[in-house]
Amino acid sequence: MIAAFFDSIPAMILLTGALVGTSAALLGSFLVLRGNSMLTDAISHSIVFGIILVWLLTRETSGPAQVIGAALTGILTVVLTELLARSQLVRMDAAIGLVFPALFAAGVLLISLHARDVHIHVESVLLGEIGFVWLNTIALGGHEIPVAVITLASVLAINLGFVLAFWKELKLASFDPGLAAALGFLPGALHYALLSLTSITAVASFEAVGAVLFIAFVIVPPATAYLLTRRLWLMVLLAIAIALAACITGYLLAEAWDVSIGGMMASMTGVWFTLALLFAPERGLFAQALAARQARLEHDCRALVAHLFTHQRTDRAAEENTRSALITHLRWSETRARDAILRAQDQGLIERRDGLLALRPKGSAEAEAIFKR
Amino acid sequence: MADLLSSAIVQTVLAGAALLGAISGMLGAFAVLRRQSLLGDALAHAALPGVCLGFLIAGARDLGTIMAGAFLTGALAALAMMLITRRTTLKTDAALGIVLSVFFAVGVVLLTYVQRQGRTASAGLETFLFGQAAAILRADLWIMGGVGLVALAVVLALWKEFKLVSFDAEFARANGFPVLALEAALTMLVALAIVVGLQLVGVVLMVALLIAPAAAARQWTRSLGGMVLLSALIGALSGAGGAFASAAQRGLATGPVVVLTATLIVLISLALAPERGLLWQALAARRARARISDRRVLATLQGLAEAHDNRHYPAESGMLKTALGAMPRAERLAGLEARGFIRPVTHPPETTPHWELTRAGHREADRLTRKTRDEEQGQ
Repeated sequence: MIAAFFDSIPAMILLTGALVGTSAALLGSFLVLRGNSMLTDAISHSIVFGIILVWLLTRETSGPAQVIGAALTGILTVVLTELLARSQLVRMDAAIGLVFPALFAAGVLLISLHARDVHIHVESVLLGEIGFVWLNTIALGGHEIPVAVITLASVLAINLGFVLAFWKELKLASFDPGLAAALGFLPGALHYALLSLTSITAVASFEAVGAVLFIAFVIVPPATAYLLTRRLWLMVLLAIAIALAACITGYLLAEAWDVSIGGMMASMTGVWFTLALLFAPERGLFAQALAARQARLEHDCRALVAHLFTHQRTDRAAEENTRSALITHLRWSETRARDAILRAQDQGLIERRDGLLALRPKGSAEAEAIFKR
Repeated sequence: MADLLSSAIVQTVLAGAALLGAISGMLGAFAVLRRQSLLGDALAHAALPGVCLGFLIAGARDLGTIMAGAFLTGALAALAMMLITRRTTLKTDAALGIVLSVFFAVGVVLLTYVQRQGRTASAGLETFLFGQAAAILRADLWIMGGVGLVALAVVLALWKEFKLVSFDAEFARANGFPVLALEAALTMLVALAIVVGLQLVGVVLMVALLIAPAAAARQWTRSLGGMVLLSALIGALSGAGGAFASAAQRGLATGPVVVLTATLIVLISLALAPERGLLWQALAARRARARISDRRVLATLQGLAEAHDNRHYPAESGMLKTALGAMPRAERLAGLEARGFIRPVTHPPETTPHWELTRAGHREADRLTRKTRDEEQGQ
């Protein structure tokens, strides 16, 4: 049973994707909240430099040396960027855009000079190849388990331990760095720890999804979850669930259409994000449009009640308190007048009396409330 | 090397690379000034699905269709950015990350789709990832030149408006300029620059060709015209340099070489640029420290002279050290002596060195005291 699981290629691909997605979503939730999304972009590009440098020194494409190298490259990227921005010669956004392309370019150049056709291909640096993770396995407890799965599982354990151990500190530093510093929680140290773990996760995910697609797994599921909830723990859980959903649907579609599995998984995170953007309760675009429509109807109702109240029992009542007056005098469109009247009737504010629109007691009370204020 | 330069293919490639670099450099200046460097990164990554779509539609590597496709998805990405930042509470950087990674992922999917269709010409597509200047054809030059001319014409025609929007959008809005339309036009021009530059450096490194020339140019000049011109020049230089290197060594992707050339120019500019550069700043700080040290030495000597009612009071160097907290550097004292403000004297029976203020030194100390007082009052 277990052996069958580890021998099954689809199961291994899905497991790898799930591990990448979960690790990335755990850290990404905090990175998105802290406004560090583009530093993630910078780190995941520039670790290419670290990977090839460590490879040139040790000839290892994974293992502890790569992990340490990744953490150092990540910190180097962030430190260089912050130094450049602090010199005030260029602004923060330009500093990010200067540092990571330079490191990435140096990495790609080193690969094409020294490591061509060896172990690292320029294209797989960018895109990864999750479909091939099962080729490189190691025997563990009697089972042949892909190396990537073991590395990613260890990284996930580290990330999970970090997030659980520093939950309170991360929460505070993400929402109120000033208070975190005042209370002695060292938000700076936490910042670098978070970014180092991001680099390590990026290196571990590298073989599977490459430099650019990793960014999708870090940023998009947490951003999707952010649209759905305002509770941190729920946001983290939702982000993980969305990442898993993206992996499964992405894998199935990639198999059906015979396209890049990693690319399809990352594309699916975008599909889930779009769905959340459109249909999220409260903050989705449809919910916003609906709320705006409700607010306008509500306002039209109040305007209608006030209009009727002003003219009732006057000479002009016969002319003003009609549907056509709303259209000609208030310049409402036909549908707007109809919607407002229907709503006001539904709420028991007005009724039709002798061919005119007239206030019912509830409507009169509301109009008085409007004018007394 | 002379052989290489005389080859018609290499000439085409070099001319194309310089042209691409110049266009990107010119338009990048506006992106940097408007703090939209990273928008360039997102739009560049977002061009990948467009490149693939253009390829699918044309059925071959046709530059015109590919550029149109890249521009289309770039514009779509800019719209998505606007939608996310305006209608949600997500931060701008998260919106950038989402647009960048998702569009790129879709591009990867399309890329593999094109490749698995097994078309022979699809090999040309990978060059859009890291750029391959050698793939530039003579026919491509006309298209690039045309796009460059359009961009130049728009920039010249709307120069005043672009300048205002780049430096003070609020003021422009208050004066009734259509700021939103102008900003959209600038963003579209950046997308155009990216589309044009893709051949040279590819989608991943395009951001550097946009930012680096502008960031370097900014160090040398304070005028927008100068910055745009210099940025275009640096872009052309980086482009041609990268193309030349990749022509000299077969199989070397152009993009990384172009980016590293541009980065080198940035580093030189950051270090050496007059007034702003790090070297210049360090020298200025050194001069300021020296000036303050001289002021304090003269004031201390004068204070000691007044306290002892002796205009030629010989102050022992230990006294100077105590009064100033640390002994002034020997070269500062030597400098003051050379300018005739202080004079080394001996004060038997003591054998340690002593200093006294000369007549000129007293006048200088008075002048500096007045100046300091005026400066303090001026604050």
